[in-house]
Amino acid sequence: MKNSGRKGSSFSSVSLSPLLWPLVALGLILLFNFIFTAGFFQVRLQDGHLYGSVVDILTRSSPVMLLSLGMTLVIATGGVDLSVGAITAIAGAIAAVSLQSSGLTGSGGVALPLAIALPLLASIACGLWNGFLVAFLGVQPIVATLVLMVAGRGIAQLITHGQIISISNSAYHFIGGGYFLGFPFSVTLVIGVLAVVIGFSRKTAMGLFIEAVGNNPVASRYAGVNTVGVKLLVYAVSGLCAGLAGLVISSDISAADVNNSGLYLELDAILAVVIGGTVLSGGRFQLMGSIIGALIIQALATTINTRGVPVQLTLVIKAMVVLAVCLLQSPSFRARFRQSTKPRLPRITGAEGVTLKAQSDSGPSGSGGL
Amino acid sequence: MARLPKLQTQFIPILATLATFLLLGLMGSLRYTGFLSPGVFLNLVDDNAFLGIAAIGMTFVILSGGIDLSVGSVIGLTSIVSATLVEKHHVPPGVVIPLVLALGTLLGAGMGALIRFFELAPFLVTLAGMFLARGIALMISLESIQLTNPFYQAVSAFRVPLGGALGLPANGLVFLGVLGFGIYLASYTRFGRNTYALGGSDSSALLMGLPVGRTKIGVYALSGFCSALAGVVYTFYTSSGNASAAGGLELDAIAAVVIGGTLLSGGSGYILGTWLGVLILGMIQTAISFENTLSSWWTKIIIGGLLFAFIVIQRSVIRPSSKTA
Repeated sequence: MKNSGRKGSSFSSVSLSPLLWPLVALGLILLFNFIFTAGFFQVRLQDGHLYGSVVDILTRSSPVMLLSLGMTLVIATGGVDLSVGAITAIAGAIAAVSLQSSGLTGSGGVALPLAIALPLLASIACGLWNGFLVAFLGVQPIVATLVLMVAGRGIAQLITHGQIISISNSAYHFIGGGYFLGFPFSVTLVIGVLAVVIGFSRKTAMGLFIEAVGNNPVASRYAGVNTVGVKLLVYAVSGLCAGLAGLVISSDISAADVNNSGLYLELDAILAVVIGGTVLSGGRFQLMGSIIGALIIQALATTINTRGVPVQLTLVIKAMVVLAVCLLQSPSFRARFRQSTKPRLPRITGAEGVTLKAQSDSGPSGSGGL
Repeated sequence: MARLPKLQTQFIPILATLATFLLLGLMGSLRYTGFLSPGVFLNLVDDNAFLGIAAIGMTFVILSGGIDLSVGSVIGLTSIVSATLVEKHHVPPGVVIPLVLALGTLLGAGMGALIRFFELAPFLVTLAGMFLARGIALMISLESIQLTNPFYQAVSAFRVPLGGALGLPANGLVFLGVLGFGIYLASYTRFGRNTYALGGSDSSALLMGLPVGRTKIGVYALSGFCSALAGVVYTFYTSSGNASAAGGLELDAIAAVVIGGTLLSGGSGYILGTWLGVLILGMIQTAISFENTLSSWWTKIIIGGLLFAFIVIQRSVIRPSSKTA
């Protein structure tokens, strides 16, 4: 693909896969654990279920992986979805209330398929609302999704009347806590969604449309791409992914905790997408990269936990990771290193006019690596 | 909208803010006795002082076309650093307060420098700042630290007498001071004009020969300073330092700025609007606490609804030429 060649080539003259750097980062974390943490890679089979730190990383990162899949598509169109954390709370709340015996129907609660379908439909509706604001009203995505980010948790609290509703349905618990062929079902779910999204975006023209809208919405509209439809779709998909994540979270703890479900998870999801090599300004996307990004975040957290380092350090390390990834993706940061033979200071710290020169310089040199 | 003269169009968002403010006040005073009494109003200013100070810093960042997600964490960091230094290491408050203000300013300037020199997305850089500040704060102390220092006690108890039993607390005074300074800075200084120009169009400002880089670093430094000051005010307000203080406050601050009529794309808005926005948020909370039957989650839903209303107003005001930006 054109985009994959270009991304890799900006790092060096050799054409590298865009997944290389995220994989290297994940590899380094795993290597560290392989050397320093005893039994980190031990996976044991117990009652036909897999247990171990690696399985744990997979299971725990599954909500963020789900969110990051939808988020990748949104970011590829040049947007961002801040409301996904709140949507997980809404989905969990609806599932819990509809399964409750005194819930919607008044006696016995609704059947399980309906209790899964209702929250997912609501999540899609939430996503469509975001898409409506962005695509029809032309609101900036950060602001548009901020509305639901603020109001969404309130709506979820309204649904549960501010209480933590426990879910006693054992079949429902399977989504987040069950095992499918010895494998955690939540991970199976992620793989399924990943396969659908990849197939849908890479085997059809949809992925191209999404990237076109992210690159230049005006040009792609003139070229006949239904930009409004594409934007509506990606926000709806993001909402659906958030709904699925909400089901996983509420099923895992067997309760709908609307105050904490998915709290700050939107930030982790955005982080996973950015670590995975999808640039925040949109135009191209790496679905596998986002999955790896989510795994990196969880692997870091698990490593910190197992090494007995204070949990608070996770935040500081996260900050460092964000900065490192941002700098690695920054054209002007790369330009500094590529042309380090030339004197550096006048280029950046000189008069303001010089910045223009630096910007126009980095353009050709960036594409020169093609 | 196109038929309206330009001057008037520019004022529509802030007039909508003022109308909302007055309407809320009117509705409140019709429904509850004593809703708009001077005492309740002074409480409103005092209770929302730290949010307001942070929101004024945020207004500058948003006017310049950026965003600052780190404000809540910086409040937590400054409050826990102040409390630790004063209570555990017995450093005099006269040293601690300038120190934490410098710390916040430096953090903001650092983020601004990253955004300016490496052309990074403000969203991501300030997200990193948010993680960093909160992480450091939690590493300093997980528990909240009570402030027993006489200076902090004195400031907490201080009131500017306004006749009768009324008095303006020190926090409200700082809030009003920052408000005045912010209005002066935005409307009457070169830095303020540059900030507006930067938000209007980054590249035009550059071609006009305005100091884009310096201004960009300046607004983030200013926001860092305001957040640190908000953190200091928070320690006065609660007489304690808490590392997890003001979690998610950045959202309230952004909401206050938007409800205050500032365009999130930058370049248009007023500091006074943010002040009204903060008071509107505070008033909604007061109204919900007056109304016993309404639960607290209605606050979030109403704020979300208001945000939506103001976004729609902003979209109808923005000239079509800037829609594609």
